[in-house]
Amino acid sequence: MTLSDGTGLQAPAQTGPEPALPGGRKRSWAGESGESVTRNLVLVGVLVALIVIGAITQPELYGNSSWVWTNILSILQLASVVGVVTVGMTFVIIGGGIDLSVGAIVALAGVWCTTLATQAYGAAGMIFTAIVVGVAVGLINGVLISYGRLVPFIATLAMLVSARGLAAAISGKQTQISSNTFINSIASSKLFGIPWLVYILAAVAVAGWILLNRTTFGRRTVAVGGNPEAARLAGINVKRHTMLLYGLSGLCCGIAAIMLTSQATSAQAAMGNLYELDAIAAAIIGGTLLSGGRGTIVGSILGVLIFATITNLFAINGLSTEAQNMVKGGIIVAAVLVQQFRFKSLTRFFARN
Amino acid sequence: MSKINSDLSRRRLLLGGAAVGAGALLTACTSNEAAPTAAQTKAADTSGGGNAAPGTKVTIGFSAPAADHGWIAAITNNAKAQAATYTDVEFKSVEAGADAAAQRAALSTLIGQKPTVIVLLPHDGKELNSFGLEAMAAGIPVVNLDRAFPDARAYRTQIMGDNYGMGVAAADFIITQMKAKGVASPIIGEIAGMDELELTQTRSKGFSDTLKAAGFTVANRRAARFTVDSGQQEASQLLQALPKMDALWNHDDDQGVGVLAAINQAGRSEFIMVGGAGSKKAIETIQADNTVLKATVTYSPSMASSAISLARLIGQKKGLADLVELQVPKEIVLASETITKENASSYIQLGF
Repeated sequence: MTLSDGTGLQAPAQTGPEPALPGGRKRSWAGESGESVTRNLVLVGVLVALIVIGAITQPELYGNSSWVWTNILSILQLASVVGVVTVGMTFVIIGGGIDLSVGAIVALAGVWCTTLATQAYGAAGMIFTAIVVGVAVGLINGVLISYGRLVPFIATLAMLVSARGLAAAISGKQTQISSNTFINSIASSKLFGIPWLVYILAAVAVAGWILLNRTTFGRRTVAVGGNPEAARLAGINVKRHTMLLYGLSGLCCGIAAIMLTSQATSAQAAMGNLYELDAIAAAIIGGTLLSGGRGTIVGSILGVLIFATITNLFAINGLSTEAQNMVKGGIIVAAVLVQQFRFKSLTRFFARN
Repeated sequence: MSKINSDLSRRRLLLGGAAVGAGALLTACTSNEAAPTAAQTKAADTSGGGNAAPGTKVTIGFSAPAADHGWIAAITNNAKAQAATYTDVEFKSVEAGADAAAQRAALSTLIGQKPTVIVLLPHDGKELNSFGLEAMAAGIPVVNLDRAFPDARAYRTQIMGDNYGMGVAAADFIITQMKAKGVASPIIGEIAGMDELELTQTRSKGFSDTLKAAGFTVANRRAARFTVDSGQQEASQLLQALPKMDALWNHDDDQGVGVLAAINQAGRSEFIMVGGAGSKKAIETIQADNTVLKATVTYSPSMASSAISLARLIGQKKGLADLVELQVPKEIVLASETITKENASSYIQLGF
């Protein structure tokens, strides 16, 4: 909590550690961090339970330790792309917004970075293009929402449609094969036995955690999402901060686009389909409040891992995708219900006594 | 204060300059070569007279779903290219949007333009059956492309790929290979396309029926979404589920790019793989013979070119020259052919 006094850069008139923030907020941070640890422990429990179910249903597969290791890596790889998108989404949701366009941005950035003209610039050109396209589209969202005063739902919905349209126009509705060996090798090569994609996910998650918990940017995000008016009175430039949050989400989409292009060794306008819903669902399961002001990166990553583990569980048991989707829907509802009941009633219970 | 302001403005200038520069560079990065489609059409041979000779002017209205993957894109491109080879055909295309409702709306504007014939690839044959009836009642013959109408009065002619036969062909190839290798009870995987489409179900049924007749079964089946990234994802999980596999059938070569990527990423090579549809990339891979992909069963988008030719003949009230009948037949089902290393060179020009 020592870093909360670093807002001086933005608000020259203000001195001292954010005096205008309601005093209750600080105390509630301490309370919430304890609560979010409990919440994350529950998620870890669910994850363990899923793995136990896998071990019970497929004992001969789980009996082979080298298979178990490759299976864990396969789950992590499955989670990697959506995980990176979810980190950006978590920031946007904590900041009181929503970004429905993430899947479309991934597709647009992926398609843009695999055009023949871009591929001619080599791997660096492709990575640069994907990231710049992601950030630029994210910032357009941010400008529309902050300065154009569009509701985030509408602005990003419009972006969802138009970014996919642009991606289809650029690709000529064809699948664009990536012939760049470096890009393609990101998904297929390993370092110390762990695939690169997993390191990228870990790096993005750690960076996200530091940004949220150890910088003023993160503190401002929580403040803006929790109570924008109070944040504005505290000297935070709420509009600019909101715009930057969408830019950050776009940046994550750009990184995810490279990862997905590498995994599929190609890009097309339909890729990253429904990633927005996967990312939102993972963030919600992870305890991020849809109305903003609360959420953790660890929780969101656990949410993504739970979904990936379910997909894996259904695949190794040869069960149909329909059943899998129904179970996923049930888990979203169950997760939110459990969190509401347990934590609200518990805190009330303790407050009364 | 002023120091802060000037700092900010310099930073903004730099940022703005960088943004403009990046924008300029990016716009330069969108160019792509156009995909050649000439091999998927048949140029009108006007020298010998007969059917190819220019006749009455025909206006063909065309509608196919908005392309989200290579096969559908090839359908639209082929139809356009084939129409362009005729001097007596006017081609009017309406894009059908993302679902059956959007296509119905687009088609009603097409009827208003009074085309001579309508060529239509419906989102779903059952959902657009009523449109077929309506158009036929209005005196406009309908050529159904690939997704059958249940009602025989809803179309003049139907030309389609053989979904069941595709599954049969894939299974036949796998059965022959397994018998040649002497594998008594092979572990067979299947990666299907979009599971909610009837054609996917038909393909899978053809596959499993044929395998069953040989005493084999499908050990695990995952449904992808005809896209490369979904193919990669489902394949990576299928490979986890079956640590040892003997054969794999993937319904669609476009998603097959992702399936092959997943196989490569998992470092697996102990099985044979059969593709579906017959994309150029897949045929090249089969020809090179350096991956697990050993064959693909065709479901060629060249049927769109044939549909345009049929529509023209219907509009001019002519029959197929090599047949005795004076009119175009009611139904044509293309056979699904198996492309292997041996015959790949003759099919490569038909790949899309």
